[in-house]
Amino acid sequence: MDAGQLPKEKLFSLYRTMTTIRGFEEKLVELFFSGQIPGFVHSSVGQEAVATGVCAALESSDSITSTHRGHGHLIAKGGKLRPMMAEIFGKLPGYCKGKGGSMHIVSYDLGIFGANGIVGAGIPIATGAALAAKMRGDHRVAVAFFGDGASNEGTFHESLNLAAIWKLPVLYVCENNQYGEFTPASESTSVPDIAVRAQGYGIAGVTVDGNDVLAVYEQTALAVERARRGDGPTLLEAKTCRWEGHVVGEQAFVPEYRPAGEVEKARQLCPIDRLRTALLATGFVEEAELDRIRAEAERELDDAVAFAQAAPRPGPEEALTDVFA
Amino acid sequence: MATITFIQAINEALAEEMERDPGVFIMGEDVRVGAFGATRGLIDRFGAERVRNTPISEAGFTGAGIGAAMAGLRPVVEIEFASFFYCCFDQVCNQAGKLRYMSGGQVRLPITFRCVYGAMGSAAAQHSEVVYPQFLAAPGLKIVVPSDVADMKGLLKAAIRDDNPVLVFEHGRLGFTMGECPDGDHVVPLGKGAVKRAGKDVTIVAVGAMVAKSLAVAESLASDGISVEVFDPRSLVPLDEEGMLASVAKTGRVVIVDEGHARGGAAADLVAIVVDKGFDLLNAPIKRVTALDVPIPFSPSLEEVVLPNEEKITAAVRAVLE
Repeated sequence: MDAGQLPKEKLFSLYRTMTTIRGFEEKLVELFFSGQIPGFVHSSVGQEAVATGVCAALESSDSITSTHRGHGHLIAKGGKLRPMMAEIFGKLPGYCKGKGGSMHIVSYDLGIFGANGIVGAGIPIATGAALAAKMRGDHRVAVAFFGDGASNEGTFHESLNLAAIWKLPVLYVCENNQYGEFTPASESTSVPDIAVRAQGYGIAGVTVDGNDVLAVYEQTALAVERARRGDGPTLLEAKTCRWEGHVVGEQAFVPEYRPAGEVEKARQLCPIDRLRTALLATGFVEEAELDRIRAEAERELDDAVAFAQAAPRPGPEEALTDVFA
Repeated sequence: MATITFIQAINEALAEEMERDPGVFIMGEDVRVGAFGATRGLIDRFGAERVRNTPISEAGFTGAGIGAAMAGLRPVVEIEFASFFYCCFDQVCNQAGKLRYMSGGQVRLPITFRCVYGAMGSAAAQHSEVVYPQFLAAPGLKIVVPSDVADMKGLLKAAIRDDNPVLVFEHGRLGFTMGECPDGDHVVPLGKGAVKRAGKDVTIVAVGAMVAKSLAVAESLASDGISVEVFDPRSLVPLDEEGMLASVAKTGRVVIVDEGHARGGAAADLVAIVVDKGFDLLNAPIKRVTALDVPIPFSPSLEEVVLPNEEKITAAVRAVLE
């Protein structure tokens, strides 16, 4: 897809989302190393085009399930930076009152049915959201984000089969960043292109360049259209690269496991630079406009961090609430 | 007051709740034919959309039920045999049980899981287990174990109306037992136990199918002048601690009867609660009657050794009176 085919506002929105995700993840790395974040965080730097391109093709009433590496998906689906950051800090005004943390952010009102600490666990949940949509006939779609590692989980295979036999309006987005934790996909996954697994379930399978936000957006829009039309699910594999490790700070406890130069090579394919170049090539986008968007995103991030730093931790009375409705 | 079977009670509860709320639907293996009879005929009344036959795919359809519940429907998911819960443990414990808490209370999960549990005669270890103790250790799940026809219907209706994940364990041996069931909209609240027989010498706290066995023991001991009270907690989560302790206060002697295993089982949990909160009420050490700590065997001669029975319950009652 050529950038010129999309309206300027849509293009700016893609750029804004991607730069916000990048800035958010980079801030978290700094905050983690300065000891301000409890627990651990997983960075999605380098993978911004997948979250952004997919969510740009959704309506606000559509739902998603996400992963342990989910900040990008949440921001792209409309997650607000203040409550997201506060949640990651374990603070009371966080989306989950500090009870979920980085891996478990939910914003029910935004259709974010949860990031998830269990690999592959969100896949059947999105399938169920799609089942509800189909039973109610409300034309919503559901998206399950997951990684290449999750495509080896039973939940992936069981969900694709269910969605196929029931023709559910669901999109399975496999963010193939080539690593499941510390092990390369080439050692753990039987096929190089995970999208071919769709054939085993008789559903559409598409592989897309996951560093090209416009291509991701285009393929998602087609899949969403199929789903809303009643033509069933799609497995969309977006090939991308994880620039950071599995978990921020892993250098302290795992030996080097990636080939030299791999990340440097990936940086050459930076999805944000790529969009920026494409936007400038349209002739109707000025560099200054993009710089302004980036500066705005930076300001919003600073505001979110300051908000989270100043926010209170949940009091002891919060420990026992929210177990049951 | 009609006399119906335990299975009919389930069927009526499902039908009435589906009638009452269009968001209620059934999903599971063989629910169309109703392998155990509980869902039989519902497809003719409510159609295949709401009586949704699934592949043998527990993690998939259980997770789909959770997603549908999050999206606002009210699924009743059938896990044929309780041991099949092991195939979807993550979805039940890590997802259904935790998502409300981890989301800071944003998510409602009105989902009911039904299963057949317990030893029903040479089904061997993978189809005979009492699986609910595993879920007692997983906060966020309600656990219901009906012991008779009226409770089966009333508790299942309450479970379906509950806005939380509720696991309903239906003992296979109770399926064809008959009992009276109140007419009309009979709902039994979760967390309210019942004194199934009043007595003054010993309290038997019995779970699920062990209630009928305990009542039989109480009846036979009555002729020896021993007055046994039988308390049925009806749900293990929430637990009617107050009701249980009131019975303990009355008798001062306790036998806990559960078909699950001794180690880490529901009986162990109930003993701990009585000791923690009612130690001063006790006049004798508590006895437990449970399955022995081995997988449930296949051969009838071995199964008999391992499972609780009336003889073992009687011996325990006599022991706490010594």
